[in-house]
Amino acid sequence: MKPVRTVEGTMVALPRADIDTDQIIPKQFLTRVERTGYGDFLFYDWARDAEGNPDTWFFTNDPARRGARVLVAGDNFGCGSSREHAVWALQDWGFEAVVATSFADIFRSNAINVGLLPVEVPRSVVEALLAVAEDQAAIVSIDLQARTIRAEGLSASFSIDPTARDRMLKGLDPIGATLELADAISAYELGRANWLPSVLVGVVEGLGGPLQAVGDPGVDLGPDVE
Amino acid sequence: MPGQTLFEKTWDRHAVTGDDPCLLFVDLHLIHEVTSPQAFSGLAHAGRNVRRPDLTVATLDHAIPTTGRSLGIRDPRSRLQVETLRHNCATHGITLFDIDDPRQGIVHVVGPEQGLTQPGMVIVCGDSHTSTHGAFGALAFGIGTTELEHVLATQTIWQKRPLTMAIEVDGDLPRGVAAKDLILGILATIGVRGGQGHVIEYRGSAIRGLTMEERMTVCNMSIEGGARAGMISPDDTTFAYIEGRPYAPTGAAWERALDDWRDLATESDAAFAATRHVAASTLVPHVSWGINPGQTIPVTGSVPSPDMFEDEAERDTAARALEYMGLRPGTPITEIPVEHVFLGSCTNGRISDLREAARVVAGRRVSDSVSAVVVPGSMQVKAQAENEGLDRVFIDAGFSWRDAGCSSCLAMNPDVIPYGERCASTSNRNYEGRQGRGARTHLVSPAMAAAAAITGHFVDVRDWE
Repeated sequence: MKPVRTVEGTMVALPRADIDTDQIIPKQFLTRVERTGYGDFLFYDWARDAEGNPDTWFFTNDPARRGARVLVAGDNFGCGSSREHAVWALQDWGFEAVVATSFADIFRSNAINVGLLPVEVPRSVVEALLAVAEDQAAIVSIDLQARTIRAEGLSASFSIDPTARDRMLKGLDPIGATLELADAISAYELGRANWLPSVLVGVVEGLGGPLQAVGDPGVDLGPDVE
Repeated sequence: MPGQTLFEKTWDRHAVTGDDPCLLFVDLHLIHEVTSPQAFSGLAHAGRNVRRPDLTVATLDHAIPTTGRSLGIRDPRSRLQVETLRHNCATHGITLFDIDDPRQGIVHVVGPEQGLTQPGMVIVCGDSHTSTHGAFGALAFGIGTTELEHVLATQTIWQKRPLTMAIEVDGDLPRGVAAKDLILGILATIGVRGGQGHVIEYRGSAIRGLTMEERMTVCNMSIEGGARAGMISPDDTTFAYIEGRPYAPTGAAWERALDDWRDLATESDAAFAATRHVAASTLVPHVSWGINPGQTIPVTGSVPSPDMFEDEAERDTAARALEYMGLRPGTPITEIPVEHVFLGSCTNGRISDLREAARVVAGRRVSDSVSAVVVPGSMQVKAQAENEGLDRVFIDAGFSWRDAGCSSCLAMNPDVIPYGERCASTSNRNYEGRQGRGARTHLVSPAMAAAAAITGHFVDVRDWE
């Protein structure tokens, strides 16, 4: 993960509450085995009319909005399905931060883990930001170190879990850090109750080749949508 | 010092190191084809191994077809996902309930069915409905793919300690009111954010009186209230369900496990950060009318008007819901016609759900205007239903009888509800496009779905008893 220190750019306003991950990235795009390539399908169904054609009013269909870096939304952003693909799609499209009054728990963890900054602020700040964002060229600046968000006529601070902030600032690989604690994990394992379920099968010989080979389809998979 | 809650005991038992966040040991890691491939490729890229393949179990469920399986998977991307999971499991020695395995099914149905889900465990899965396993007194929650990779590599997960919430349900559920109605009624009260940051423990005499399958239905939808997890203190009902299942302890180990599990229940003087009360006797069958699971009302009610909501965001969501759902305020719920009925999912795809639905269907015919399907939650549920002759009841009535999987709950496989059409569904989510782009979902209990299939519109199933 790349370190995240500051985010600066234009905004997209999506002032709705309870935007769920089924909207952010609809399920028909979850059959990919990669982490990339989801940006074109961000809010796919919201961006289409009844006939399935691109709806020009929606921001993902407006080339002028392509440079936006910050999404501003309502309460409980990212609720529903745990799919991390939602975060990947937002990042892939170009967003580096989401500002909302609250985030669903799993979405927030997923965002922190891959460096999409979740900025939780009071409703008054979201409303002020939405007013500023009416000018599509207005710039917002978010400083994670200082925990501040600034735009024209607006300066506010936001809170974020200190561990999450530290990890994002440093771009830490949490697996590497946890593996340093292998002795503590091993000690814990020795004390586990012996009735707990264990399901062991042998490794199948001859299938242990490079994993990437499976991710390479070797065939043309055709378009993403039927 | 006050007593501890089930959650606190379970959490403390799994703390490897750290306070908040705490590194928790994971007793069981369930995986499926859709959210795991990127985690395995991440491991491979970093040259890391799966630490505990013996505590990792995989099944195919999300994107596989429910018909014509002998013909293989037509969609090339879904096929690649399935092949990727097979390869990853074979490489790392992980048990996989493959498409032709009699144990295959929805991940949250097969865990309990095999006895893998036990009280006091920490269970994670790259799926938000992992909360289902909390019905056994396990701490079980959904995780993202990056966390999944972390669990594969370390068998642990970093967690901030959530708050606790008690939902006390006292009294008896009235006749004709299902566990699904209970959780829909709770969601109608707390909304889709009411549980944010909390682990809910469902308590009270009504909860004690539920079967394990009913408890799973309740805990399953905890995530729909925004909760991190849902739990129920284990009791004799729990132990009786587990005993004799393939991965349940036996002999002396069973006795030791029982002694341990009896200590897990929340103590009488334990405190919760928040408590809500629900009177079971006031509950009625519920139907969702909107585009999130909190937008749910009694079947005796009418479609609400946006101006009935005080909160501006609620009003806005209600207005969008009516437009998406093609509903007019004031329309009685029982006058809403349905074109599809979906019986299944990790919420309501178990044998007792199929029995409830079959009881309503027996001797009747599916309405000509309705296309109705039954998708058992697992192949074992399917086999059990066939032993009991339930398949004949459904097929004779005009239902399609399928193989196990997630199917139309999220419609990643070919079981997609067409644009603009309306479905009475026993699943857990009614978000826009969930069952297909433009599809209109109404969440109901199995009996309510079955009755809607017969009449072609919603009915109060209590009138049918």
